[in-house]
Amino acid sequence: MNYFTLPLEEWTNRFVDDWLLPVTGEFFDSISEGLRTFVDGVTDLMIATPPVLLVLILIIIAWKFSGKGLALFALLGSLYLGSVDLWEAAMQTVAIVIVSTLISIIIGIPLGILAATNKTMATLVRPILDFMQTLPSFVYLIPAILLFGLGNVPAVIATFVFATPPAVRMTTLGIQQVPADVVEASKAFGSTKWQLLYKVQLPLALPSIMAGINQTMMLALSMAVIASMIGAPGLGSVVLEGISTVNVGLGLTGGLGIVVLAIIMDRITQGLVRNNKK
Amino acid sequence: MKKIEVNNLTKIFGSHPQQGLKRLIDGEQKENILAETGMTVGVNQASFSVEAGEFFVIMGLSGSGKSTLIRLVNRLIEPTSGEVLIDGQNIVEMGKNELIETRRKKLGMVFQQFGLFPHRTVLQNVAYGLEIQGVKKEERNKRAQQSIEDVGLHGYENSYPKELSGGMQQRVGLARALANDSDILLMDEAFSALDPLIRKEMQDELLNLQNKLGKTILFITHDLDEALKLGDRIAIMKNGEIVQVGTADEILENPANEYVSNFVKDVDRSKVLMASHVMKKPAVHMADKSGALAAVRKMEEVGASSIFVVDKDNNFKGLLTIDNAISAYKSSLPIENVLIEDIHEISPETPLNDLFSVAVEAKYPLAVVENGKLLGIVSRVSILSGLVLGKKEVTTP
Repeated sequence: MNYFTLPLEEWTNRFVDDWLLPVTGEFFDSISEGLRTFVDGVTDLMIATPPVLLVLILIIIAWKFSGKGLALFALLGSLYLGSVDLWEAAMQTVAIVIVSTLISIIIGIPLGILAATNKTMATLVRPILDFMQTLPSFVYLIPAILLFGLGNVPAVIATFVFATPPAVRMTTLGIQQVPADVVEASKAFGSTKWQLLYKVQLPLALPSIMAGINQTMMLALSMAVIASMIGAPGLGSVVLEGISTVNVGLGLTGGLGIVVLAIIMDRITQGLVRNNKK
Repeated sequence: MKKIEVNNLTKIFGSHPQQGLKRLIDGEQKENILAETGMTVGVNQASFSVEAGEFFVIMGLSGSGKSTLIRLVNRLIEPTSGEVLIDGQNIVEMGKNELIETRRKKLGMVFQQFGLFPHRTVLQNVAYGLEIQGVKKEERNKRAQQSIEDVGLHGYENSYPKELSGGMQQRVGLARALANDSDILLMDEAFSALDPLIRKEMQDELLNLQNKLGKTILFITHDLDEALKLGDRIAIMKNGEIVQVGTADEILENPANEYVSNFVKDVDRSKVLMASHVMKKPAVHMADKSGALAAVRKMEEVGASSIFVVDKDNNFKGLLTIDNAISAYKSSLPIENVLIEDIHEISPETPLNDLFSVAVEAKYPLAVVENGKLLGIVSRVSILSGLVLGKKEVTTP
């Protein structure tokens, strides 16, 4: 089928070497610097906080948003992470998940709102989201390293790319699902676009938006192992070490840690969804 | 004073509405435009006006464009051409802020599917219009509370819409429209989603409220009975056009065209109801027992200027007017001699449908007679009220 040759590889590399890095390098450096400060700050805070205090806060949150069961699980899970000496690694992972989820929410929700209310935006956003969701994550790890170096920051960027689509899509869906007669009523009484949005559309779309945030968080966590390949510290790097040294025990220990975090985060955000549906 | 004035209002849905409009003005048929351009004419050059305090009903079947028309009035749908004057100001020409201000201050709306905010309590729903105007919480809750009481929902302020029945939800919808204290209420099939009993109750209450508050109401319905009951004037719509505007009587008696007369003929009750359902028991005078003076006294007693005369077996004899009774008394004639005998006699099984033409021409009430005996009388009023109110109200004394 090779009727003609498409030098996509060459073009891309020339574009990156001749233009992207020289021209935008400084710009990305400053973003990188800002992000690094942010992620490191959160990581340091998580690690510096006495684990007992952190676990106590976690248990209270778990109790409040989910129930006794999850509170107990959070306690046992924390004890497990401590007993296998993975507390610090777990906190590094949690920091990356929190930061990338926050960025996903800050960018994803407004984008979702725009896509729901503006047709041009919708046609623009949809293919980008499809691209983000179907492109194998390894592919964008490479430019992430080039632009942001190794460590926390490219991990956050790669996680953001991987985890943002559900936040956008579920926000759009939630707003589109607000019944037409309710929107009409709001307009008929003289709401401005903003009033319609924050008094009617957003409150009614909230369960859907919260479900999107839950999905984003889960995807962010599932990136932990892949992100460790570009130098992100945390539970992922423990698993990676297990893989590279064919150490089944180490792999299982780190993997279970990720599962523990996943269950706690999932149940807490699902509890938030339920609270909003009431 | 005209509260709402609609002139040549047209709405064409589709890609090139201005082209469609040109075809429409050139007199092309709506079906033709749809076939050739794929554009739908929603409302076709509609004109009418509503006076202050008037209850104006727009009646039409589904697809007649009535719901589009009411949305053009507050520009929930953008008109293609024409004007809508609210208190003399053309809403079609208004800028964004002016439009919002007009909706806030002058136009309340009630929806068929209620359109309540599910995440807000009854009180918060009703206060919504005031809230978006920036009215302070205390003040808006006070005013919302007042309209909640006006619609009889006291005690439900903190319930959520889904906890209420359909009828109660629509009361919330009505209260929300009233709370803004706008002069005009737009009601889009407001009672169509309610079951018949609740609907009747709501109709009665709306009439009461309108008497009390003097709102100008533009009411959309597909139900002629509802239109006849509520409307001071009724506009009948077909295919996006207004085919007749008039009072209930005008429309019943003088249908503007075949479409309207089919409608009027189709009034359910005219099919179902017969003369016996709407007839009233008349005050009668026994001819062979007493004379003219007694007849006059009887007329005085019941406050009528004529009386139906029967013999002792209740056989119908004729109608005695007060003038004839007095002249009979003066010339000492038996009253049989002065009776008006060419009274329309109808059988109790005559359908209301067939009574229209007779009643319009008759000078006196119609006599319902079976086997020569007088059963009752039917007046023009009872035909119309029979149509509007139905069987029960008329037959139960």
